[in-house]
Amino acid sequence: MATFLGINLFGLFGQLLVGLINGSFYALLSLGLAIIFGLLKIINFAQGAMYMLGAFGAWLALNHLGINYWAALVLVPLAVGAIGILLERVLVRPIAHEDHLYSLLLTFGIALMLQGLFTHLFGSSGMPYAIPDELKGGTRLPFMYLPDYRAWIIVASAVVCGGTWWMIEKTRLGAYLRAGTENPQLMQAFGINVPLMVTLTFGFGVALAGFAGVMAAPVYSVSPEMGSNLLIVVFAIVVIGGMGSIGGAILTGLGMGIVEGLTKYFYPEASTTVIFLVMVIVLLLKPAGLFGKEA
Amino acid sequence: MTSLKPHFDQQGVATGGRKSHREKIRISDLHAFYGESHILHGIDLRVQQGELVTLLGRNGSGRSTTLRAIMNMVGRRSGSIVVNGTETIGLPPHRIAHLGLGYCPEERGIFSSLNVEENLLLPPQVRSDGMSVEELYEMFPNLHERRYSQGTRLSGGEQQMLALARILRTGANILLLDEITEGLAPVIVQKLGEVLVRLKQRGLTILLVEQNFRFAAPIADRHYVMEHGHIVEEVAANELEAKTELLNTYLGV
Repeated sequence: MATFLGINLFGLFGQLLVGLINGSFYALLSLGLAIIFGLLKIINFAQGAMYMLGAFGAWLALNHLGINYWAALVLVPLAVGAIGILLERVLVRPIAHEDHLYSLLLTFGIALMLQGLFTHLFGSSGMPYAIPDELKGGTRLPFMYLPDYRAWIIVASAVVCGGTWWMIEKTRLGAYLRAGTENPQLMQAFGINVPLMVTLTFGFGVALAGFAGVMAAPVYSVSPEMGSNLLIVVFAIVVIGGMGSIGGAILTGLGMGIVEGLTKYFYPEASTTVIFLVMVIVLLLKPAGLFGKEA
Repeated sequence: MTSLKPHFDQQGVATGGRKSHREKIRISDLHAFYGESHILHGIDLRVQQGELVTLLGRNGSGRSTTLRAIMNMVGRRSGSIVVNGTETIGLPPHRIAHLGLGYCPEERGIFSSLNVEENLLLPPQVRSDGMSVEELYEMFPNLHERRYSQGTRLSGGEQQMLALARILRTGANILLLDEITEGLAPVIVQKLGEVLVRLKQRGLTILLVEQNFRFAAPIADRHYVMEHGHIVEEVAANELEAKTELLNTYLGV
């Protein structure tokens, strides 16, 4: 067994990989939350339910419509995004001018209802979703065995997160989004349809969660609780990163996945609490979060 | 006097041919509210093509609110606001700029998450014949030098120039400018005055909210004086001398 200074390298790299995988999902979800929060100033508690919808969407598409993984990877986020657009227009928009506590409660309620609905329809035990044939193999690296699908998760999530970051920080469309986040009223005066932008942004943020859900279906079991379990951790991550920054949301998501993975190796007992511990420390030292702007 | 601006006159005739086209803004019985407070009490004003008209008055007299009401940025408004021949009282805010309006808010509204060039390129074009980025950089060389700086890192004067430049790029031919000289050094105020004269020569129509009467007097065609949400006096440029005393009472200078 390969060891270095008494460290089992196979175990360490294995946990690092798990951390990177989890971090990829954290990054996708917290990125969606950050985008929605930036423009709408609401915390979308239904983000976890949208992730769950993405996984179920992939499962339903495969088992009832014969739509394979690759098509689902494109179609399901679009469908989840469309559901998000409907939610924003019908439910979130009418209370947008109220205190943000209302929209928080609203999205929390939506999450509970969706979770309840899917538990009623499919039970809570979870359903398997096979890894697509193209990604069934793996690669033997010096200190670990890297399954293709796990590598694919890391790459695909990095591409989507990086692409989203680039779109927001470097393009004209992104400039609209950044400016709309800062001063929506002036953007309207410049002739930009801000309400439409808000709807599309909400749809996009939610679609990111749907995408994460499809990606997750083959690695975690498809179950109604998968979203709420993940979301608590993602909220802690969002607090750690701070709500101000797109890049911050991505980096914190990945980083916390790795921290969690390392903790699993060095001190497994703390692995489920380490992120919350980091959150407490960050809140004490830098209340606005690592990348957040001080108010 | 309109014969000085053949370029835009031709445009107006070519695109619309309507009689109302000479009249760029016509406001009748405009009331505006923020929540429960009634700010404007029945404003009537008009601005002709190529004119530079100022709104004078003390702080809180309703001058900025008049501009914001034109852009539909107030809580509620009633009455009539016709821009370039189109009634806008029922239009959503994002449709109004596309009638050819460019709005420069009092607080300048430079975006801190955008660099100078991004700020400049941000507002969408509302007409086809806006100034090019090169032309604007030539007019405001400081902006070119600092084009990759964060927008809000600029000095107050540079931010003001950026706020002005970005609406000139959109092709807006009616400019609503709110207190553009406020808090700026005399040399920059002078530069802004020169810019306004150049814009007027290009045939742009300008409605200017201004505290600095000495800045506005030599370049404006007409002045409206506001008090408590009413227009209390209209003064043409050639009546200024005769009405100086009256203006002093209203403006408290």
